[in-house]
Amino acid sequence: MSEYEIREHDVLVIGAGGAGLRAAIEVSGQGVSVGLVCKSLLGKAHTVMAEGGVAAALANVDPMDGWQTHFKDTMNGGKQLNNWRMAQLHAQEAPDRVKELERWGAVFDRTKDGKILQRAFGGHTWKRLCHVGDRTGLEMIRTLQDRGVHQGIEVYMECTITKLIKDGDKIAGAFGYYREDGRYILFKTKAIVLATGGTGKAYTVTSNSWEYTGDGQGLAYDAGAELIDMEFIQFHPTGMVWPPGVRGILVTEGVRGEGGILRNSLGERFMFKYLPEATRNDYAADEAEAVTWVNAALAGTRTEARRPPELSTRDNVARAIYTEVKEGRGSPHGGVFLDISYQDSERVKKKLPSMYHQFKDLADVDITAGPMEVGPTMHYTMGGIRVDAETQMSRVPGLFAAGECSGGMHGANRLGGNSLSDLVVFGKRAGAGAVEYVKGITSEPKIDDKFVKEAIAEMEAPFLLKDGKNPYDVHKELNKIMSTYVGIFREEAELATGVAKLEELKAEVEKAGAKGTKAFNPGWHMCRDLKNMMICSEAIARSALSRHESRGAHSRLDYPNTEKAWGTKNSACSKGPDGKMVLEHTPLPEMPAELQDLFVKKEPANA
Amino acid sequence: MPESNGRQATLKVYRGTKDKGEFQSYKVPVEAGMVVLDAIHYIQQNFDPELAVRWNCKAAKCGSCSAEVNGMPSLMCKSRMDSFKDGEDICVQPIKTFPIIKDLVTDVSWNYEVNKKIKAFSPSPDADWTIYQEDIERVQEFRKCIECFLCQNVCHVLRDHERKDNFMGPRFMVRVAGLEMHPLDEANRMKYLKDEGHIGYCNITKCCTEVCPEDIHITDNAIIPLKERVVDEFYDPLGKFIRGVLGGGKKK
Repeated sequence: MSEYEIREHDVLVIGAGGAGLRAAIEVSGQGVSVGLVCKSLLGKAHTVMAEGGVAAALANVDPMDGWQTHFKDTMNGGKQLNNWRMAQLHAQEAPDRVKELERWGAVFDRTKDGKILQRAFGGHTWKRLCHVGDRTGLEMIRTLQDRGVHQGIEVYMECTITKLIKDGDKIAGAFGYYREDGRYILFKTKAIVLATGGTGKAYTVTSNSWEYTGDGQGLAYDAGAELIDMEFIQFHPTGMVWPPGVRGILVTEGVRGEGGILRNSLGERFMFKYLPEATRNDYAADEAEAVTWVNAALAGTRTEARRPPELSTRDNVARAIYTEVKEGRGSPHGGVFLDISYQDSERVKKKLPSMYHQFKDLADVDITAGPMEVGPTMHYTMGGIRVDAETQMSRVPGLFAAGECSGGMHGANRLGGNSLSDLVVFGKRAGAGAVEYVKGITSEPKIDDKFVKEAIAEMEAPFLLKDGKNPYDVHKELNKIMSTYVGIFREEAELATGVAKLEELKAEVEKAGAKGTKAFNPGWHMCRDLKNMMICSEAIARSALSRHESRGAHSRLDYPNTEKAWGTKNSACSKGPDGKMVLEHTPLPEMPAELQDLFVKKEPANA
Repeated sequence: MPESNGRQATLKVYRGTKDKGEFQSYKVPVEAGMVVLDAIHYIQQNFDPELAVRWNCKAAKCGSCSAEVNGMPSLMCKSRMDSFKDGEDICVQPIKTFPIIKDLVTDVSWNYEVNKKIKAFSPSPDADWTIYQEDIERVQEFRKCIECFLCQNVCHVLRDHERKDNFMGPRFMVRVAGLEMHPLDEANRMKYLKDEGHIGYCNITKCCTEVCPEDIHITDNAIIPLKERVVDEFYDPLGKFIRGVLGGGKKK
């Protein structure tokens, strides 16, 4: 039997992006022992790639803003399928979390009068995104990283958790391995906060990094938690499409926030014709009004003009681009044109420096001189582990989740900028929730050795296979299934095929083998990642097949309308007693009357 | 840029540990816009799933995929395959200054230990947080750092003289500069810079600046101003006395 290291913490945080770091800071700040585990080096988590900004109703640029409007925008963006309480807490607490980042050393861009500058983004009524050029995520992760380090948090870098262990129904530990030499490690702990991000690597074209394999969702599902709203996958409307080597890399929504214009091959500013009836009045009626809005934004002055149609919500813009391309009005490489080159080139370089370099270095395109080619890329999973809004605890006692791996906050579609704020608001809450839970525990959870043996056997298995399959081939097969059958537009027969093909692929996953030693072995690692991606993919496909309507990011060709009856239901996947996935439709928590009133009144009274 | 040119490239990749290793050759098809990291992934997926490499964003934002490509310290995600001549071998090896773990992956944990010793951001408790853009431009440049550690890799104090025991390296001078020049920070890191970070070891050859993928002017904007402050603080008693009399606080 292999040996393993044993470490003990009251709380174990898995994932060291914005949510994990914020959770660990909270736990450690309350004087409770915390371990922070990350799959990569510290500071490299996916948060580092976030560009456009963090949404918080500080009202520094648009004094009309307030939490009620932010709440309303979030619920409207999520097509009312959000957990209302999470959306409320998020809108209320985001401003304090952003100010806290500043006090910890984050250096945001400033307004003329020395406050945090805010920019416009899709679906946000007011200019709301606090930012640092187009590298806001880097600023946030570095700030949290340094705060955490100086608080003395113990960090386990390049360590992967492969199994959660329970004592009865309660969390008792986690098992994993160090990438460096493949040695095993067992964490004894009373509570776990999952903050592992999304599952973009299930798709071929994605803005997500190698880490995004749905680890938290997979681990939680195996431990008995539910995955909700998994059918809602955000395809970011603007990813790079050319050259092939960079396909899918994100082009920040900040380009549109700064006035970027979308056109098709005929030169038409097509977004005007894709505005949904319900929100049409929030957007400019014609190009002249959009120009007035942009000019006022550039000058830092107020205007009555409404925002440009490019600032519609992501689900809508992604569908519009997809449709333009499909109907033959796309750019040479199968995207559309996004143009910011009409603005002063020095300003563009200052406000969007990484976009400037990204296109110049990787695509030979000077975005200050001509348009970019962009198209949809898999970007974000709205769904995830079902948690309590206040504490972020799942239905498994002691198991918490925050950030992208949790579900509920964003409903059927997330607004840009609401992710970074989600991380810090609910990272803190999850940390506090875990501390409270740990303090209430009366007896130490114990770890049954048989679970450790199982965990070791699972990790050893890929080496024992004779003629094991190349795990990367299995991964490509998964990508093909998800991209072909569970993409932007969906319909019954294709989804059913997708579910069936995933079922067949399960056997192939078991056949994926590893060679060589355990030391820094990416192939071996992929064997385990595949299992988490499979759980997420099955939940995505089954949930998508079951929802007979179109809502937010879930677009059914055979059910094109948003149905009132479906607006009160979450899809929830969990592991049945026979090990098979069980899908239920559970009632959406009902919003209290005083919040419902916000959607009736024209202008909410912001406090 | 052609759609596809049917071209193949030969990559010679270091395979092995810090004790034992060799360069192995792989032939990889080249498509338009491909970068060296794509070629490494191609090898991993098609020939050798064991090939160890670090990467995250593939968009020059995370600083994970540092390596030496034909001797040039660079991010593999920014090294375009079409920047090499047809038929030219592309040699990829790990960054030299840090111990090899396996293949292209090195042990950079030392950097994280250095970072811990730098005094944290220490704002005035009664600050009102009104900060003007012109007062943070300098700091924002330093905060662009993606911690790829390429500057640490080429710094000859670390690379050739192996003074990791006694020298913080350019990355952390940039970090200190970002803290020292923050308009609201009140800590003083001068003694640390002089006695522990040994900023004096740097003889401003600017190798660090040359390799920075974020174009941070490490030497001119971070190291030289910090060196001047250290000189002012420890080697200019008259100036220090005058500043004391005039009531000047920390230099910003």
